[in-house]
Amino acid sequence: MLVSTKWLKEYVNTQDLPPAELGEKITRAGIEVEAVIDRSEGLANVVVGYVTECVKHPEADKLSICQVDVGGGEIDQIICGAPNIAQGQSVIVARPGAKLPGGMKIKKAKLRGEVSNGMICSLQELGIETKLVPKSYAEGICVLPEKAEPGTDVLSYLDLDDTVLELGLTPNRADAMSMLGVAYEVGAILGEDVSLPAISYTEVADRAESMLSLEVDAPEANPLYVAKVVRNVKVKESPLWLQQRLMAAGVRPHNNVVDVTNYILMEYGQPLHAFDYDSLGSGNITVRHAKEGEKITTLDDTERTLSAHQLVITNGTDPVALAGVMGGANSEVSDETTTVVIESAYFASDSIRRTSKDHNLRSDASSRYEKGVDPNRVIPAAERAAQLLAELAEGEVLGGSLVFDQLDKQERIVKVSPDFINSRLGMKIRLEDMLDILSRLKFNTEAANNQLIIEVPTRRQDIQIEEDVVEEIARLYGYDEIPATLPRTDATPGGLSPYQAKRRIVRHFLEGTGLLQATTYSLTSEAAATQFALEPTETTRLLMPMSEERSILRQSLLPHLLESLSYNTARRIDSAALYETGSVFLKGQEELLDEQEHLAIVMTGLWVDHSWQGEKKAVDFFVAKGIVEGLAEKLGLELTFERGEMDGLHPGRTAFILLDGKRIGVIGALHPSEQKKRDLKETIAVELNLATLLTRETQALVYTQVSRYPTISRDVALVLSNIVEAQTIEGVIRKAGGKLLKDVRVFDLYEGDRMEQGKKSLAFSLRYFDPEKTLTDDEVNAAHEKIIQALTESGAELR
Amino acid sequence: MEARLQELKNEALEKIQAAQTVKELTDVRVAYLGKKGPITDVLKGMGKLPAEERPKMGALVNVVRAEVTESLDERMVLLEEQAINEKLQSETIDISLPGRPAKTGNPHPLTRVVEEIEDLFLSMGYEIAEGPEVEKDYYNFEALNLPKGHPARDMQDSFYITEDILLRTHTSPVQARTMEAKGGEPIKIICPGKVYRRDNDDATHSHQFTQIEGLVVGEDIRMSDLKGTLSVFAKKMFGEDREIRLRPSFFPFTEPSVEMDISCFKCGGDGCNVCKKTGWIEILGAGMVHPNVLEMAGYDSKRLTGFAFGMGPERIAMLKYGIEDIRHFYTNDVRFLTQFQRTEL
Repeated sequence: MLVSTKWLKEYVNTQDLPPAELGEKITRAGIEVEAVIDRSEGLANVVVGYVTECVKHPEADKLSICQVDVGGGEIDQIICGAPNIAQGQSVIVARPGAKLPGGMKIKKAKLRGEVSNGMICSLQELGIETKLVPKSYAEGICVLPEKAEPGTDVLSYLDLDDTVLELGLTPNRADAMSMLGVAYEVGAILGEDVSLPAISYTEVADRAESMLSLEVDAPEANPLYVAKVVRNVKVKESPLWLQQRLMAAGVRPHNNVVDVTNYILMEYGQPLHAFDYDSLGSGNITVRHAKEGEKITTLDDTERTLSAHQLVITNGTDPVALAGVMGGANSEVSDETTTVVIESAYFASDSIRRTSKDHNLRSDASSRYEKGVDPNRVIPAAERAAQLLAELAEGEVLGGSLVFDQLDKQERIVKVSPDFINSRLGMKIRLEDMLDILSRLKFNTEAANNQLIIEVPTRRQDIQIEEDVVEEIARLYGYDEIPATLPRTDATPGGLSPYQAKRRIVRHFLEGTGLLQATTYSLTSEAAATQFALEPTETTRLLMPMSEERSILRQSLLPHLLESLSYNTARRIDSAALYETGSVFLKGQEELLDEQEHLAIVMTGLWVDHSWQGEKKAVDFFVAKGIVEGLAEKLGLELTFERGEMDGLHPGRTAFILLDGKRIGVIGALHPSEQKKRDLKETIAVELNLATLLTRETQALVYTQVSRYPTISRDVALVLSNIVEAQTIEGVIRKAGGKLLKDVRVFDLYEGDRMEQGKKSLAFSLRYFDPEKTLTDDEVNAAHEKIIQALTESGAELR
Repeated sequence: MEARLQELKNEALEKIQAAQTVKELTDVRVAYLGKKGPITDVLKGMGKLPAEERPKMGALVNVVRAEVTESLDERMVLLEEQAINEKLQSETIDISLPGRPAKTGNPHPLTRVVEEIEDLFLSMGYEIAEGPEVEKDYYNFEALNLPKGHPARDMQDSFYITEDILLRTHTSPVQARTMEAKGGEPIKIICPGKVYRRDNDDATHSHQFTQIEGLVVGEDIRMSDLKGTLSVFAKKMFGEDREIRLRPSFFPFTEPSVEMDISCFKCGGDGCNVCKKTGWIEILGAGMVHPNVLEMAGYDSKRLTGFAFGMGPERIAMLKYGIEDIRHFYTNDVRFLTQFQRTEL
């Protein structure tokens, strides 16, 4: 909502506050002033001129040489390039030394040999947006509609000595979508009264009913309809003051009839529509729901097919307007119009909202109906229109109006106690201060028996319950006055749940290993949605995605995380190691999706890079595996690994991660072709079902006494077929090891040239220990011998 | 014999002084004091002396031995010290060379902001509540006083999956769910999480972003409690000398509703580019829980009242660190992420 402060003063005394200060007060009281726009900014030395002579420039087709009376008896020669310049026009002249918005400075100049003492201006050159400039001179200079005194300062003549406040309205403050509404708000803030426009006009003897009949067949959607008839109107340009007010409000002037309806829309917040009586084609207006498939061409020259729930205004047979949204082209007011039917109506907001949405068509009218107009302004607005048409279009207002009225216009009563207000606010506002605020709001209030009985004006549809009154009192009393206290509740322990605490432990552990936390989008493409998914299900697609790339909910974190790696390597960051925790979205049995929190890790490039000591190590499967093992230890869980295959991963370098035999994750090197596709070098990826890890109950920590007896080591080197896995051999050792075997560790792997084809050498370090005593060589030898025997039996060869 | 001893002593003392290394000196020790050394030989020859001369001679031998030993020990200390010094000299390193980098990762800047807020409220006795990102229309809108047909819930603005299921547009459904689950009991929670809106991604808009909301419900919770709580938050998060101001606003789920500004942490309120010359920065929206919301969750709104607030960690991080483009949070450029390593405490 754009509010001209000059116009506003017509309704309320703004106490000569500078606009910025007024804006600040409005903001602090609840309606945000988003911008304070000085319409005169950058404008200086621009005056009214009168073109006394206008001839073609001899050297240039498109230029005219004009003699312009600029006041004070001075006639200046000005060269003008506008096609619509002519002798006898009052125009806007920027004189030498003038400044125009955008920083342009006017100087005396020569154009193709002819002196030009300034510039004749268009409205755009005065800083008015093209879309607001009347069509008749959008392509050229502004021709003033009335002859004005040459030399007059254009700032005041065009009401550009004005500041516009741009209000950012929240949906509840539909009342402020009009100048009067803003005047009430400002009046409440400043403690000033509001003066309503004085409506007076004379009616001719003929009655409106003699020319028009009215029927409303949809009283729920249209409980109030008023039509007035004005004849012998002269359609022409509106007077300058009206045009300027509309432009200040962001509305483009058209002609006096349309401008009057728009002016009242801005003034009262009540949408009006003007029909050309003669093109209605009947003396009847019928409001009804549309017939399914019925068609109407609206004012924007678009043919629209209607549905049965949409409301239309008809001439008894055919639609002439899409009610409350836009008029029909067939009954539009034109220059030839002589008789006008003014419609002022109350349309139910949900009906208009739906229609406006169906046709993707929002207008100044529909946006006000959607939020609800004031039932008590429908009739005054129609009368105000009659008055202005009589004044500005020389129209004759026919006697009376056609009225269909089933609308409840009763003020709502809200009862609230002063104690309630103070207890909700934590304040001690005195009753008299409350009454003062309510009276400034123009809410009739009666105070009785510790109760405020408030009659809420119908313009304030947002005030419905006690809490709404609490807000009105508080915002006008001043939020700065509210003290700062803390809730007086019982002490609550608060704190993280075990799940949340463990999630933080996981994060800190991973960051400790050197991983950076990443965040990626949950929405992805069809192709990426199930790639790397541990348990892919049917995908979940949005009804109205913004793009294919963001149309499906992900089932794995890896695709986007790998994209992040590619993003980095494309920027020559060759080494990166990232992790992310976030939800994946699976289809389950429930109505909502099965959202599981996952953890993913990706790494590429160097893991260790300590160049000057010659230490460089690329990421590999075992770096990632070590992190997963460390994490399991941190969480007190025993994870196992099982060779596996997954699309996109290297078939020889992939393992599934199991918890109690159940697959809960995967770890693998990216398949070379996948790496190539993503423009990555050797890359390792891990994904784990984090929720499963974190919901597992952790065993209590048990302390074991540190023993004073030593541990004894024995090594064993084996030659094995290279398909035999280390964990199989470890299993054999552990099984045969008995209770003295404390620990088994791989310490060497050799697969080089010195080995027989298909064989590898694997060496283990075994540690023996007895918590009760120092082991003797014989005891260790006996235990070790048993293991060697078991290994030999399993086919391993001692080296 | 006495002369021989004197000669041996002088010889030994000379060699001791001539020894330059610990090893040379050890050789001297072995040569003169060892079992096969000349002094021992002298001792062995004492048997040939007359009995009355033996004690005198024995004493003399001991004196010589003691003198040589003392000199040896002295020299040894010196040479050992020399040896250590040489060793230290040879072991000197260039301490200006860089150390082996310790691997350190760090949290995402949004996590950093969210966790800081979480920790503050945890210390004030709040719990953290979480909920699904794919949500029922009921919890996302209806339970929050946004009935079907409400202008604020346009299909165009939300990612619907079916008519009744959508990606949550705020974390408020977690509040609705928590209230429903608590069955009329007092509540003090913080709800962080991801939310989604149907926006085109650009420097200031993101179809996915994070939110963190708070909710307190209890007996006699007042608007002053909201103001006090937010004031504590603002000072803790943005500096002790921050002031706050509340401006009336509108949200369907609170009444009264406010927006909170803090005095600009960059210029302190004088006006700068961060606060767009106003001295104030808008940080969050808040209000007293609308009675309809309480009633719908089964609370007696006459007996229990509450306040709620909500903010965007992206906005806070962008303001705090001067981050110019919201998309940085989701592209995971390492050069961006690693900047949020160090502490600010």
